[in-house]
Amino acid sequence: MIEFLHENFRYLLSGISVGGQYALIAIGYTMVYGILRLINFAHGDVFMVAGLIMVYAIAAGLPMWLSIILVLVLTVVLGVVIERVAYKPLRSSPRMSVMISAIGVSYLLQNCALYFTGGLPRSYPSIPFLSKQITIWGATTKMVTVITPILTLVLIFALVFLINHTKIGMAMRAVAKDFETSQLMGIKINSVISFTFVIGCFLAAVGSLLYFSNYTTVIPTSGAMPGLKAFVAAVFGGIGSIPGAVIGAFIIGICENIIKAFGQDWTVFSDAFTFVLLIVILLVKPTGIFGEKATDKV
Amino acid sequence: MKKFLALVLAMLMVFSLCACDNSSESGEKVVKIGVYEPQTGANGAGGKQEILGMQYANAQNPTVEIGGETYKVELVYADNESDTAKAVSAASKLVAEGVSVVLGSYGSSVAIAASDTFKEAGIPAIGVTCTNPQVTEGNDHYFRICFLDPFQGTVHANFAKEQLKADTIYCLGELGNDYDQGLINYCKEAAEKLGMKVITESFPKDNSDFTSYLNNAKKEGAQAIFAPCSIQYAQLIVEQAAALGIDIPLLGSDTWDNNTIVGATKGKDVQVYVSTFYQEGANPDFEKGIKEWINSDAKNLENNGGNDMLAAVTVMGYDAYMVALEAIKAAGSTSPADIMAALPGVHYSGISGDISFNDIGDANRDSAVIKKANNETGEWEFVAVQKAA
Amino acid sequence: MNKTMNKKVLRTPDEVAKRQGMWLTIVALVILYVALFALDNFIKPSKFTLMLIPVLKKGAIYSLVCVSMNLLNGFTGLFSLGQAGFMLIGAYAYAIFSIPAAQHASVYQYFDGGAIQFSIPELLSNALGANFGSFLGAVICIIIAGLAAAIFAALIGIPVLRLKSDYLAIATLGFAEIIRAIFQWNGLGAITNGSNLLRKYTAFSDMKIQIGSQVFKLSTTFPFLIAMISIIIIVLLINSSYGRAFKAIRDDEVAAEAMGINLFKHKMLSFVISSFFAGVGGALLAMFQTTVQASAFMSAMTYELLLIVVIGGIGSVSGSCIAAFLYIACSEWWLRFLDSGMLPFGNIQVSFFRDGFRKVVFSVVIMIIVLFFSQGIMGNKELSFAGLIRKIKAKKAAKAEKAQEGGAA
Repeated sequence: MIEFLHENFRYLLSGISVGGQYALIAIGYTMVYGILRLINFAHGDVFMVAGLIMVYAIAAGLPMWLSIILVLVLTVVLGVVIERVAYKPLRSSPRMSVMISAIGVSYLLQNCALYFTGGLPRSYPSIPFLSKQITIWGATTKMVTVITPILTLVLIFALVFLINHTKIGMAMRAVAKDFETSQLMGIKINSVISFTFVIGCFLAAVGSLLYFSNYTTVIPTSGAMPGLKAFVAAVFGGIGSIPGAVIGAFIIGICENIIKAFGQDWTVFSDAFTFVLLIVILLVKPTGIFGEKATDKV
Repeated sequence: MKKFLALVLAMLMVFSLCACDNSSESGEKVVKIGVYEPQTGANGAGGKQEILGMQYANAQNPTVEIGGETYKVELVYADNESDTAKAVSAASKLVAEGVSVVLGSYGSSVAIAASDTFKEAGIPAIGVTCTNPQVTEGNDHYFRICFLDPFQGTVHANFAKEQLKADTIYCLGELGNDYDQGLINYCKEAAEKLGMKVITESFPKDNSDFTSYLNNAKKEGAQAIFAPCSIQYAQLIVEQAAALGIDIPLLGSDTWDNNTIVGATKGKDVQVYVSTFYQEGANPDFEKGIKEWINSDAKNLENNGGNDMLAAVTVMGYDAYMVALEAIKAAGSTSPADIMAALPGVHYSGISGDISFNDIGDANRDSAVIKKANNETGEWEFVAVQKAA
Repeated sequence: MNKTMNKKVLRTPDEVAKRQGMWLTIVALVILYVALFALDNFIKPSKFTLMLIPVLKKGAIYSLVCVSMNLLNGFTGLFSLGQAGFMLIGAYAYAIFSIPAAQHASVYQYFDGGAIQFSIPELLSNALGANFGSFLGAVICIIIAGLAAAIFAALIGIPVLRLKSDYLAIATLGFAEIIRAIFQWNGLGAITNGSNLLRKYTAFSDMKIQIGSQVFKLSTTFPFLIAMISIIIIVLLINSSYGRAFKAIRDDEVAAEAMGINLFKHKMLSFVISSFFAGVGGALLAMFQTTVQASAFMSAMTYELLLIVVIGGIGSVSGSCIAAFLYIACSEWWLRFLDSGMLPFGNIQVSFFRDGFRKVVFSVVIMIIVLFFSQGIMGNKELSFAGLIRKIKAKKAAKAEKAQEGGAA
């Protein structure tokens, strides 16, 4: 058993690391969906833009610490701007229109990235501490692999504390429960929604720092797959539930790498597996493993 | 309704503007050469380097003599976005522009996808670095100046066996990319003939996590990893192999001959070998010229990946342009049909070697240059000239 | 005499407009097809026509696919994002059955020539003559392509159609990705050629017709013909009692069920028919591209189709068609100058025009439409000659009334 684990430890390690990065993106999805009932298709692309901001900040000669701060700040600003410009005007429209708007934003972000990078893949600068090589239990890897799950868990505990024990957190829970009523109770709905986007994008920016330190190339479509998988993770864990999204993300990250370990013909299905998982969970338990029972508003 | 009419009117305006732009040329006689290359997408970086070679050649030789008259050579670009679904419309654009001959493309899939469009229009095409045999097979109009996958695949199998003393080789390519899959297939054939164990795997498009694949290679006890894929992936593979501390030599195909990849190996503990068309330093005069030209323009420098290191594909782009000029001269006309008839007879001693075509339309080439990345300087080092057995 | 008078009186102005509109539509279609036929055979290729022809072909294909998507999203209110997957099935089904036997060895070079060793257009060509045979063969293969997509849709529909709105969207998106992975799997390589290109099959340029000893090309006429027949079928369906049921489901599921509409049956019907025509569209796209590869059918393709539907107006067939042609023409022709850095008027170099600028402009325009003109070009109205005539008549009547009023004063 130990022997087997040791042999496959490296797969597990990269699975956990990817899972942590998906988790950070998945929270953005799950929180926005919880409040607005909107699949924010552009979230994955915000994550990609965060990667590009880092590339250009370093290329402009800024020091590392300043670049990292810039990435966090600009990504948050971008997220809030997207919400204000593309989602807010459509808040009373049918759900399909908002989703189409989200797809439009995703398309716009990808095309802007294509334009600015000239279609060339950009190398992500190596953050000295994260890119250090380490060896644990016979498996060599980058520091970031170990940092990711730890940092993810710390951030999530902070977030859960924020939601359960602060005023804004209470407002968020109220809005997620019942949009209209909470508005009537005097909750400033716009600031709550903006705050949700601030948190989601902040975590996506942290996720991008970790993800791109591991996979060091940024291309315009870099965000598409991680975004989609993170969304599946959110659904898997029960959309609206933060621990659910995190556990879902880790499961997807680990399973994906284990499938690749089967080797040969199976690697083709490493991406498809995520979607099989999605469909199975939607059919068996549509509210996800941790989801509350949905009250269908007619 | 009004909105709709306004839209239609606006479209008609755009439309009429586009329709009248072909009258702008002055009395100068022009022959157009189509540049069918990826400028964006997975192969954007390679495509841009190839175009650089053509642009330099065009800057050096801006005119051609046809029947005693001087024609200006104009390059017409179409971006195929490294995507077979966009190939037809990009090719149609070149056909509509009235090009006499087409150069490209980097990446075999898009070349195959556009082939029928050129064939229908009767326009000859010269493949620059598309190495899959299917590009020219059964096509009278497609020629190519580089070596082929069966050759390159064999070179790698031989190199792994003879130089690296490998018994097990792990091949990794992108799903649905004919370039990758073709090379892997021929390498596998050759390696199995040499009695080696071959493991092949494919990764999906836009994949960025290669750690599990590299771990697989290690687990299987591979002594060489052959990964003929786009630069975008190659860079990630090199980075992640270094991070995982994988000491198995990485073998790359001609796509890997790129300054971003050799840059990625700098200061890292990873062995990278590539097979390519040309070794930097083989023709100092030419190199001095092209480097000056690249450095003279920031845009060129950016397209070359940020420095003036010369990629083999750039040299090939230069040679392709020169071959096209030779063909136009030999044909004595700008008509695509005449050029197509003249191409098989063209002999040209290019920077990357002598170029002449066989019956299928492929260049007669029997050697590839093997280079190794130097981890200290971050530059390529010459290893050997490998011939297929 | 009196009788005929009576008849004329009985006909309402609406009916007159309808009849006139029908005749005008037929005349317009005849003109269109004569023009297309001329474009294929008699008009000398110029820069203009060479750009026009591919745009027309692709526009016709996209019109069909968008209308089929609109049937689902606009008329039945099922938000499905699986269109690319069904197109992929159609494209592959078409290509697999129409690769000539002699080409199998070279196409399926890594799979020993593949498992299927016949080609329907080829078999029919041998039996019925080259031109008619390959025409009929292509049509049969297109129908097979549609059926293959429809069967898949029926299988997927059983579990998926129980889901609501965005869950349905994400599940269909997931299925499209799974389909793509299955078609790329080497285990099915003998049929699908793994992840490699399928090529050398019957394409648009093989579509010819023989009249007497003359052979005429149909390469542009053919996609229009297939797309038009398919769209007419969809329109007939929308205007039937099924179509009314679809719309009832879209407007209010609960109310529709209360009215006695079998929700699942109608949703399934809409889903399967939409997928059938997506498959047909996929087959046409394969014919247009002359090569097929699973990796091209990404979710980005579905998004693109969805945006076209939105631009045209969700719930308008003619809107989808207009938007499809406009979209294709802009992205592949009219706006290309934005990439090259050459303005169409004079040779002014503008530095911010470079690769990808076209797409940025394009996506900004799309965002503007989505945000400010959410009705799209047509809203949920239809463009028809009958409607035009009615409008003109109404205007005339209003003018006459005004004139009368003026006269009276």
